[in-house]
Amino acid sequence: MSNKLSAKERMAIERAAMPELPAEERSRTFEEVNLGLDSEQALAEARRCLQCKNRACVAGCPVAVSIPEFIDALASEDLPRAAQILRGDNALPAVCGRVCPQETQCEALCVRGIKGESVAIGYLERYVADWAMLHPDQLLHSKAPAASGKSVAVVGCGPAGLTAAGELARQGHKVTIFEALHDTGGVLRYGIPEFRLPKEIIDREVAVLSDLGVTIELNVIIGKTLTISELREEFDAIFIANGAGLPTMLNIPGESLKGVYAANEFLTRVNLMEAGRRDDSSTPIIKRAQVAVIGGGNTAMDCVRTARRLGAERAMIVYRRGEAEMPARVEEIKHAKEEGVEFVMLTAPVAIIGTEDHWVSALRCQRMELGPPDESGRRKPRAIEGSEFDLPAGVVINAVGTSANPLLTATAPDLALNKWGNILISSDGETSIGGVFAGGDIVRGGATVILAMGDGKRAAAAINDYLNRKHD
Amino acid sequence: MFEVVSNEILAENLHKMVVSAPRVARARKPGQFVMVRLAQGEERIPLTIGDADPVAGTVTLFIQAIGASTRRIVDTKAGGFIRDVAGPLGKETHITNWGRVACVGGGVGTAVLFPLVKALAEAGNQITTIIGGRSSRYIILSDELSPLSETLLVATEDGSLGSKGFVTAPLGEMLADPERVPRAVFAVGPVPMMKAVAEMTRKQGIETIVSLNPIMIDGTGMCGGCRVQVGGETKFACVDGPEFDAHLVDFDGLSERLTSYRKEEAVRHAATDCKIGKEVAR
Repeated sequence: MSNKLSAKERMAIERAAMPELPAEERSRTFEEVNLGLDSEQALAEARRCLQCKNRACVAGCPVAVSIPEFIDALASEDLPRAAQILRGDNALPAVCGRVCPQETQCEALCVRGIKGESVAIGYLERYVADWAMLHPDQLLHSKAPAASGKSVAVVGCGPAGLTAAGELARQGHKVTIFEALHDTGGVLRYGIPEFRLPKEIIDREVAVLSDLGVTIELNVIIGKTLTISELREEFDAIFIANGAGLPTMLNIPGESLKGVYAANEFLTRVNLMEAGRRDDSSTPIIKRAQVAVIGGGNTAMDCVRTARRLGAERAMIVYRRGEAEMPARVEEIKHAKEEGVEFVMLTAPVAIIGTEDHWVSALRCQRMELGPPDESGRRKPRAIEGSEFDLPAGVVINAVGTSANPLLTATAPDLALNKWGNILISSDGETSIGGVFAGGDIVRGGATVILAMGDGKRAAAAINDYLNRKHD
Repeated sequence: MFEVVSNEILAENLHKMVVSAPRVARARKPGQFVMVRLAQGEERIPLTIGDADPVAGTVTLFIQAIGASTRRIVDTKAGGFIRDVAGPLGKETHITNWGRVACVGGGVGTAVLFPLVKALAEAGNQITTIIGGRSSRYIILSDELSPLSETLLVATEDGSLGSKGFVTAPLGEMLADPERVPRAVFAVGPVPMMKAVAEMTRKQGIETIVSLNPIMIDGTGMCGGCRVQVGGETKFACVDGPEFDAHLVDFDGLSERLTSYRKEEAVRHAATDCKIGKEVAR
């Protein structure tokens, strides 16, 4: 089958189904759930793309990947060129191919989605990115840029920082990433579980950046080990992408009980510290048969699916609105259900109940009903009086969100913040301090990997302009 | 990688390690801590920075080695390496010249107290330092604390050194004596000791500061594991502390949370052939 197909022939091809580990098998291991398309599936899927002129899908991508172009190269079985196009636009394609909400971005705008199913752009991105990782010898390399003589400090080694670093290095700037933790990847490593994003993928994406000449310094907490003003003395520009901070507490009785986790603690123990994943991990984790996770976002799904893999017989999502209002990706909800997760909807926690020796024993809840829409456009839940009941649980995980981390901003008084402590930026990502840019969750509050990456890409372009202006 | 410059035993299971960490040494203020991870697969452990030499680029860590992870850290000889040392973290101690102050240290808490005493002495305070332990073998840093203090008092439970009993007895005498009553009290040690000190000074309304040692994972204000109730509000020891107004701290809640992993630790102890004890890093 060649790539010279008529539109009718392209339309006749059905969307590929992602091969998955069977739910029974995977709900007890941390193996990756989505196995990736095989080459036949990928070629067929690529040939479903109509190559339309207006490229609606590209407008839906926060990092503006040249989607029709890389798909066309793939459909023509020119994987080296497909990889070159993709990597040219996206510093972390193997990550995005796995965790991006394509269904609300590129794929939502795909012409084929109007009357049928959109092209599986995310699956194809992953296919090309994974191929590139396995075939480094076949990759086409763009000429190394001339050194600009300028240096940029990137604060934080998460999706925004890695993206900005890649873009800036490709412009010939000398980039140093400062990371507070002992390993790379930020939320990609401590937050997203292995079964959605294997750590090896992060290692490989980071290795690509190192090959571009990016230096990564671990264990450096900007705001503590070094300050922004110290960085300004040493670097020509700074990009701050230090991520989200403190968990938002529920402020209900019983939050101090043993067995109550904030999502970040639970996920960090398992993902970054390997608690419960490796027998020889030094970091412990509390495992119980009944686990209640409060929240309806992707973090809540990650927690509940992790709890299931740690052995919970009853792993529950407790969410105050209905399933239709859940911010989590459809795929995450589907996978969680297949793995036996229970969804306790229209239910809000009112207290955490403990035993005499201060261990969690239950989550006291009340039933909710949906009223008229609130400012977010979603129907506002309201409590049904007298509907309280206790949900037995040995572990309760709070996945309702995070607030801004104060560590960096506390020692940078010139940095303008909003009332929640997030850094204020101009449209091109510059902060109130000249030459200092910011993006990702420290600007947005809690958002997605791809939005953070979009910020990194935009800020890198602005930093490049700034450095060129500075040079003139 | 961070090189271990020296490693000496101060008392049973208590090591003084000097580690090369130039940036931390330069930035560090009294009251702050570092997160230490010996090697891949090991725990992240919060350790108070006992002292620092910004010129030599070193920090001094006092490590009580009674848990599996801390025992492996202190097994690192001079010339060896610690993979991760991140900091300085936490807020610095608010130091001013109160005039007369009392500094109370229990067990390894004395090591956490040491940098505070040093800073308070430099600020011109008249310091009565009271340190205690189970027996003379557990009394540490008395030679270092003595020249910084106007008076150094020692209490041991078995009476093998100083007065017999707890540190609260000499403190009680000070509080009862109008000539010696302190304007501020700093207390670091086991939770019951800090709680007892807080109760003693509460009646007289004497400003009392304690340094807390809750369970931490990242230490950078991300995970919320180190939360404590202070004045009815949730505070995070890693960013809001580790020092707090003793009169506002919920010590009982802190005590309970410290036992969260007792069972898992017991298993690890058995695995590393250690018979007693529980991980208290700081």
